[in-house]
Amino acid sequence: MAATGAARVVLRHRLAERGIDRVLLLLVPAVLVLVLLFLYPMLYGVGLSLQPRAGGGVLANYQAFFRDSYQSSTVWKTMRLALPAALVNVGASVPIAYRLRGRFRGRRPLTAILVLPVTLGTVLVADGLLRYLGPKGWFNRVLLDIGLVHEPIRLIYNYWGVLFSLLITGFPFAFLLVLSYMSGIDPTLERAAATLGAGPWQRVRHITLPLLTPGLATTFILAFVLAFSVFPSANLVGEPANETRVMAIAAYQAAFEKYDYSMAATIAVLMGVFELLVIVLVLLWCGRLYTGSTGGKGA
Amino acid sequence: MTHQSVLPGKIRGGFRALRMDGVSRRFGSTTALDRLDLTIEGGEFIALLGPSGCGKSTALNCLAGLLPLTGGSIWLDDERIDPLPPEKRGFGMVFQNYALFPHLPVRGNVGFGLAVRGIPKPEMARRVDEALALVELSDQADKLPGRLSGGQQQRVAIARAIVIRPRLVLMDEPLSNLDAKLRLQMRTEIRRLHQSLGLTTVYVTHDQEEALALADRVVVLRHGLVEQIGSPEQVYTYPVNTYVAGFMGYRNLLELPVIAHEGGRVILAEPGLRLIGVAQEPFGGPTAVAAIRPDDFRVGAGQANAIRVTVEVAEFHGREMAVEG
Repeated sequence: MAATGAARVVLRHRLAERGIDRVLLLLVPAVLVLVLLFLYPMLYGVGLSLQPRAGGGVLANYQAFFRDSYQSSTVWKTMRLALPAALVNVGASVPIAYRLRGRFRGRRPLTAILVLPVTLGTVLVADGLLRYLGPKGWFNRVLLDIGLVHEPIRLIYNYWGVLFSLLITGFPFAFLLVLSYMSGIDPTLERAAATLGAGPWQRVRHITLPLLTPGLATTFILAFVLAFSVFPSANLVGEPANETRVMAIAAYQAAFEKYDYSMAATIAVLMGVFELLVIVLVLLWCGRLYTGSTGGKGA
Repeated sequence: MTHQSVLPGKIRGGFRALRMDGVSRRFGSTTALDRLDLTIEGGEFIALLGPSGCGKSTALNCLAGLLPLTGGSIWLDDERIDPLPPEKRGFGMVFQNYALFPHLPVRGNVGFGLAVRGIPKPEMARRVDEALALVELSDQADKLPGRLSGGQQQRVAIARAIVIRPRLVLMDEPLSNLDAKLRLQMRTEIRRLHQSLGLTTVYVTHDQEEALALADRVVVLRHGLVEQIGSPEQVYTYPVNTYVAGFMGYRNLLELPVIAHEGGRVILAEPGLRLIGVAQEPFGGPTAVAAIRPDDFRVGAGQANAIRVTVEVAEFHGREMAVEG
């Protein structure tokens, strides 16, 4: 009795040495969710895409997608929206986060205002944009009144409407991430640089930006993925038949207008592939950078 | 070699005197530094000494230009420097947490101040090598700071500050993050560097031993006010008040009634206790504080200047014992 008890203790210590203990059970919910809601549907989708409705071999759908310019042009149309949207959102976040880092009065309300658009639904933003940027909206009226333009410029039901909508809904995410990366940089580093003779711009250029870049890359990836799956605003403020016929719309049409689930799955898989392509490029570029500690808390 | 004319009165520090004139700094309603007047001569090693919150770091940051003054002015010979931003002052600073740039190798850290000044590459490399040799880190030049030990990081920080040939070196508790043995080693190192380079240095510390060991003059601060300025011997032997005395290792402070005083001689007594001492500052009240250093006590059975104690706590300190009773 006592001997088996001791043996069990020895076994438990052996397992613990390899990191196997009861704390591992905490991973069960996450693994379950991952398998049931992500892994299985994804593999199912990939399988589906390899079984074309019209036959013609496993890759027939992929060949069809790239042969039909109406379909393949959606890749470029989506990139054309997602890349600038992600770039601008990350780029605009940097100076604001730089100013808002550290502690000062009014930081909380200001951050709250900047993050507020997160709470607005895409549909609400689209509706607001239609009124604001429309031919009779404030924006055009102001331009007309100050004589900058002679007739209203078209900013809705085209590329620009969708881009603006992506900027508004995507900015808070990018900003919050950049702000937390920025707060992770020890402010003493810039002070040290200052005493060494570096002016304000040199401090940003040689100290803050290099330490921030890995964080910016991560933020860019997330912002890009978010924008790449654009769907509602491309329909509501864009020109879904032509200029803003993004990949998500093509997939939707395949599935729910032509009932070709196999083709829809193909387009969905291709969306993933193109997103991955951009992510890999960013990470490759990022791998050459310093990614260690940035000295601050939470770094 | 550049030819530098040695002007009369112009000594190694590159200036004759740095004058802090009523320098004050308030944070909201609290005054962190209250009208500090201090003249630092070129080549001098000054220690600002006091507990946390006494204003010593505030004074240093004001000197560095990292904190704007709320009153007073700072003069370097005839040039008023307090409106200048830190990058225009040409002072080197060593921070408590070293503040090394984590993404730059040791060489990049040390060369940073030269690079932003646009010093040509060959000269930069030569000066960086020189500075690294000075702190004995030549073999670590290509490592990132994160791979160095605390003492090595501190030496990089010092090399980085002195390679720009600063007019003034500011050190903010540079040894407080090191372990006891390394602290002694680095202390000697800093003293050696100061003696060989003659750089004017302002050194902030809360450790009186450090201040006494390193400085030519010690400035004792409390609540933003100067308590005493003097050579280590002066503040150690003749502290002007009980605060400074307490800081200088007079760990026994006894407040007793004065029964007689004549000239500098004072007799304090209480039933069973009679002390004769020398007055350090004028006193008026019926009582005075006797400050006695632990190492001046002798254990014995004498009658004059004797205190009878019962030992309550004893700590072993090697050659001595710390005793409380």
